[in-house]
Amino acid sequence: MEYTLKILPLLFQGLLVSIKVYLIVVVLIVPVAVLAAIGKVSGPRILKKILFLYTWVFRGTPLLLQLFFIYYAFPYLGIVWSPLTCVVVAFVLNVGAYETEIIRAGIESIDKGQYEAAKALGMTYVQTMRRIIIPQTIRRVLPATCNEAILTFKDTALIAAVAIGDLLRTAKELVTYDFKITPFFVACAFYLIISSILVQVFSRLEKKYSIYE
Amino acid sequence: MDQMEYIFKILPFMLSGLKLTAKIYVATLIFAVPIGLLAAVLKVSGPQIIKKVLFLYTWIWRGTPLLLQLFFVAFGLPVIGIRLSSFNAAVLTYALNYGAYLTEIFRGGIESIDKGQYEAAKVLGMTYSQTMRRVIIPQTIRRVLPPTCSEAVNLVKDTALLALLGMADLLRISNQIFTRDANITSYILAFIFYLIISSFLVKVFGNLEKRYSIYE
Repeated sequence: MEYTLKILPLLFQGLLVSIKVYLIVVVLIVPVAVLAAIGKVSGPRILKKILFLYTWVFRGTPLLLQLFFIYYAFPYLGIVWSPLTCVVVAFVLNVGAYETEIIRAGIESIDKGQYEAAKALGMTYVQTMRRIIIPQTIRRVLPATCNEAILTFKDTALIAAVAIGDLLRTAKELVTYDFKITPFFVACAFYLIISSILVQVFSRLEKKYSIYE
Repeated sequence: MDQMEYIFKILPFMLSGLKLTAKIYVATLIFAVPIGLLAAVLKVSGPQIIKKVLFLYTWIWRGTPLLLQLFFVAFGLPVIGIRLSSFNAAVLTYALNYGAYLTEIFRGGIESIDKGQYEAAKVLGMTYSQTMRRVIIPQTIRRVLPPTCSEAVNLVKDTALLALLGMADLLRISNQIFTRDANITSYILAFIFYLIISSFLVKVFGNLEKRYSIYE
């Protein structure tokens, strides 16, 4: 018990690092994914091809490989970033690719009649998107997006692989130094608490916004 | 031409990494599917105490990162005197993790089957295990096929975590070759290998889904 209290502040600091990275990533992903999804649905052919390659490569390969590539291979190509930047870029590109596909499917699921009605009312393409299509899409993509947001929190454990003292890395170092298994249990409890809170919050959100369907 | 020669030189190493990745992948699937099926059936119709234990199992294994679980088994358990070979530790963790996700998928599938199906089976005089085996499970399989396939594709990408346990999988080998030669070719090859495998699996599973979704 004494030992648990001793390591608690250290692990809590690690948790704060995990949460910080998580929040930065979540905030950055939304614009990336919305723009990429719209580009994929109605962009010029060349852009569609590039975005196809983007989602194919980033969804078809492991996040850890992408992280290693940015962290280890980019400096070799002359691009030197701080570990935090590497992590954020890798996560935003990876989760952004999944989210792009979710939003694209959402946009494409909206009935063609909605576009036609908007056109009949004299709306421009941007107006149609902003006032008619996107609001309906948001409601439809919410469950899949919330799911992705919970997965992303668990994925932040991968930042332990680069030199950032997140929750998992702190726990692992404590286990190695003190030769006790307790830090892993505490880390496990922290992750469980956060992911359970996220599940609760998101299911409330889904209930609230699914009224109109 | 030098580039080509270099690729041929490192290819055997990369393939040995790929072999370990494939071994873990297959072993995980072999264990995770029965775990998921059994736990799902017990979660739907087992005794109260088993339901509670299984609730804890799926809650903990789905609520914490796979990497934490891998570290726990590979680095944490030896501290309290439980030593597994790294291969066994990896397969055990992957199987329990994917088993937990599959349990919830299968449970959702079983519970989505209409109550009328149970009643009809009862009227026909079937026992509980007959009802499950002949009526409920066959319908469940068709419904859970899409999410199960998507888990199977995810597993390919999750095997990359092996590299952090110090196991010589595809990712770790390419990382080592990169460090040794200061040449990013090995990373590019790893990207290509993973892309080929996951695209191939997406195709195979897509065909499977098309074939078995006819009856819905």
